[in-house]
Amino acid sequence: MTDHHSDIDAVTGRSTTGHEWDGIKELNTPLPRWWVITFYLTIVWAIGYWIVYPAWPLISSNTTGLLGYSTRASLAVELANLDSVRGEKMVALAAAPLADIEKDPALLALARAKGKTVFGDNCAPCHGSGGAGAKGFPNLNDDDWLWGGTLDQIMQTIQFGARSGHAKAHEGQMLAFGKDGVLKADEIVTVANYVRALSGLSTRKGYDAAKGEKIFTENCVACHGDGGKGNPEMGAPNLTDKIWLYGSDEATLIETISQGRAGVMPAWEGRLDPATIKAMAVYVHSLGGGK
Amino acid sequence: MNKTVNPNELTSDDDNGPLYVAQKKVYPQSISGTFRRIKWGLMALCLGVYYFLPFVRWNRGLGAPSQAVLIDLPNSRFYFFFIELWPQEVYYFTGLLIVAAIALFLMNSVGGRIWCGYLCPQTVWTDLFYAVERLVEGDRRERMKKDKSSDPMKLERISEIVLKHSIWLLIAWWTGGAWVLYFNDAPTLVKELVTFQAPMIAYIWIGILTATTYVLAGFMREQVCTYMCPWPRIQAALTDEWALNVTYRYDRGEKRTSVKKAAELRAQGEHVGDCVDCYQCVAVCPTGIDIRNGPQMECIQCGLCIDACDNVMTKIGRPKRLIGYDNDINIQRRQEGNAPVYRIVRARTVAYSAIIAVIGGFMIYTLATRSLLDINVLHDRNPVAVKLSDGSIRNAYTVRLLNKSGYDRVVAIDANGPANATIHVVGVDSVTPDRPMVVIPRDSTSELRLLVTAPAESNPEKSIPVRFHVTDIGLGEVAAATDNFVAP
Repeated sequence: MTDHHSDIDAVTGRSTTGHEWDGIKELNTPLPRWWVITFYLTIVWAIGYWIVYPAWPLISSNTTGLLGYSTRASLAVELANLDSVRGEKMVALAAAPLADIEKDPALLALARAKGKTVFGDNCAPCHGSGGAGAKGFPNLNDDDWLWGGTLDQIMQTIQFGARSGHAKAHEGQMLAFGKDGVLKADEIVTVANYVRALSGLSTRKGYDAAKGEKIFTENCVACHGDGGKGNPEMGAPNLTDKIWLYGSDEATLIETISQGRAGVMPAWEGRLDPATIKAMAVYVHSLGGGK
Repeated sequence: MNKTVNPNELTSDDDNGPLYVAQKKVYPQSISGTFRRIKWGLMALCLGVYYFLPFVRWNRGLGAPSQAVLIDLPNSRFYFFFIELWPQEVYYFTGLLIVAAIALFLMNSVGGRIWCGYLCPQTVWTDLFYAVERLVEGDRRERMKKDKSSDPMKLERISEIVLKHSIWLLIAWWTGGAWVLYFNDAPTLVKELVTFQAPMIAYIWIGILTATTYVLAGFMREQVCTYMCPWPRIQAALTDEWALNVTYRYDRGEKRTSVKKAAELRAQGEHVGDCVDCYQCVAVCPTGIDIRNGPQMECIQCGLCIDACDNVMTKIGRPKRLIGYDNDINIQRRQEGNAPVYRIVRARTVAYSAIIAVIGGFMIYTLATRSLLDINVLHDRNPVAVKLSDGSIRNAYTVRLLNKSGYDRVVAIDANGPANATIHVVGVDSVTPDRPMVVIPRDSTSELRLLVTAPAESNPEKSIPVRFHVTDIGLGEVAAATDNFVAP
């Protein structure tokens, strides 16, 4: 600051702040009083926030504020509101016969939306977010179903699972023909090639088709059926189609036959409410492969 | 207000001038003249449109809103007479805002702050509130006298103040009330408001707008323009030397003298200015400035000082427009003895007009030719392709069909992509195989899951384009979208 007496700008006649840059002095431009008052009011308002809302961090917690507000509690309220809004629609979904849901565009949209969310939360870890599956976990978009692809069958599988320990679960598994000593190593190779031949895949040189058929008839037909067409009652896959849960190469087939397979689908009854399971059945069915 | 501080007033040693200043109350005097008439006319037009537009009806058929201008937030629709916009067409508003911004620039480069002086809601409502104040409390001198008076208030004065604020609040309340009518069917909402059946949010918004109108037009007034509004700063950067602004023609006005002295000096053949220092231009100014100090940020260029000065010039027998729309170039030209030049058409104004024409024209074109039937296709991302048990390949798509018309449509969906492909819509058993038909209700969208399956023999390439067509069976209207068919 320089001498205040000289701090009057000669051109405008106004006082200056005394700040100077390269000979240019800053004029003192007073703020409007309402502006200053508003500024102080915002400070007071902010103090009000400290009092009514959570504000100051303490060592292990924070001040909670008089209103007792928390984002978590607010989320719970929002979710409860959402449930009450959706409640009526979910009641309609629960009441509708399973077969009719896909015929009603509004119910179908609701079931698909609900099903997609629940699928993402519960099923995606194994089946993938779009139900594309992985080795050992079926692709739910295709038309090949271990336990049947009708709406009722899909719903039953979701409800009770497969080898889940639930009393009503699908049972039956691929036996370990090698490990249990039922088939010898060369027999396993032969029947693996026979199975490849069933769906038109190439076979090993010198493979004996007649021997393969004999082994297959004696050991596999009971579950996989004549000609290997599969049986959804037993969860025995169709061996003549182009879809393979674990893989169709010879090595994988040998592994499957000698070690057996028994993948587990958990039961969802009791973990998800009936309307949700219904929505999920419709969602899975509507992915495209449903029968 | 930043008033000139007389150095002699600042004698205190430690006083660098005040850090903040009280609002200096402005007492604009009533005035009549050309610009006042223009302002009255524009005020009547602007407020008339604002207050009454929600009541204008427009027939859109049964079940559709019959309000000409309606922002239907719950249903995400905007209605403007024959135009109905959906949220995804929000770019029309972007275009409108661009046109509005360029129109502001154009106004500015032609005639300065035309927006501020005549059209800005702050100006219009402040002007209206001043008119009420004048009507109730009297003109400038009376109001100043009443405010300065230190006598205890008499009943008459108190009733005046109460009356003024009541009228202000009534106008403010009506302003807020008109606002909410744009968001709901106006006659219904008015009925609900009167019988206290309206939703709480309506009352809250009326309250908010009543408060802002009352405070901004009744108390803040020119402070809004000077301290809150960014436009004075922006327009100062946009102006050029040819733009016409409300200007005191100092070439003609200086040197200021009294009427009597001027006559004497003129008789002696000396040059004297036309300004007689009557301060009428200051008295009528709604922002309380002296236009003779040159262009100022506070000046909203309402032209009322032109009317004030014209009246005085007429009375003393001098030519009008000592204050008028002009620029420094012409002042200099006149000082040099040349005729003034007005250049409205110049690169800047032509460019602004061209931008307005191009964007406006493009918007009108797209609006006029837009389809009321549309299709959006989204390919499933996971999985992108599915192999079926017989080896055929299936791709799934989420298809959204939009029917923007006022009637239900029956549409057929075709997909042209892989050879011999079949298409199927989940939940639809179509009587026409491979051409599923669905109904889209009027003014709504339908989301479908569509499956395209290519037989194994067709052995499709890794990725081939698929063209989806949606055809209105009745009208033949077609919309199309393209996506890809992917093989694993």
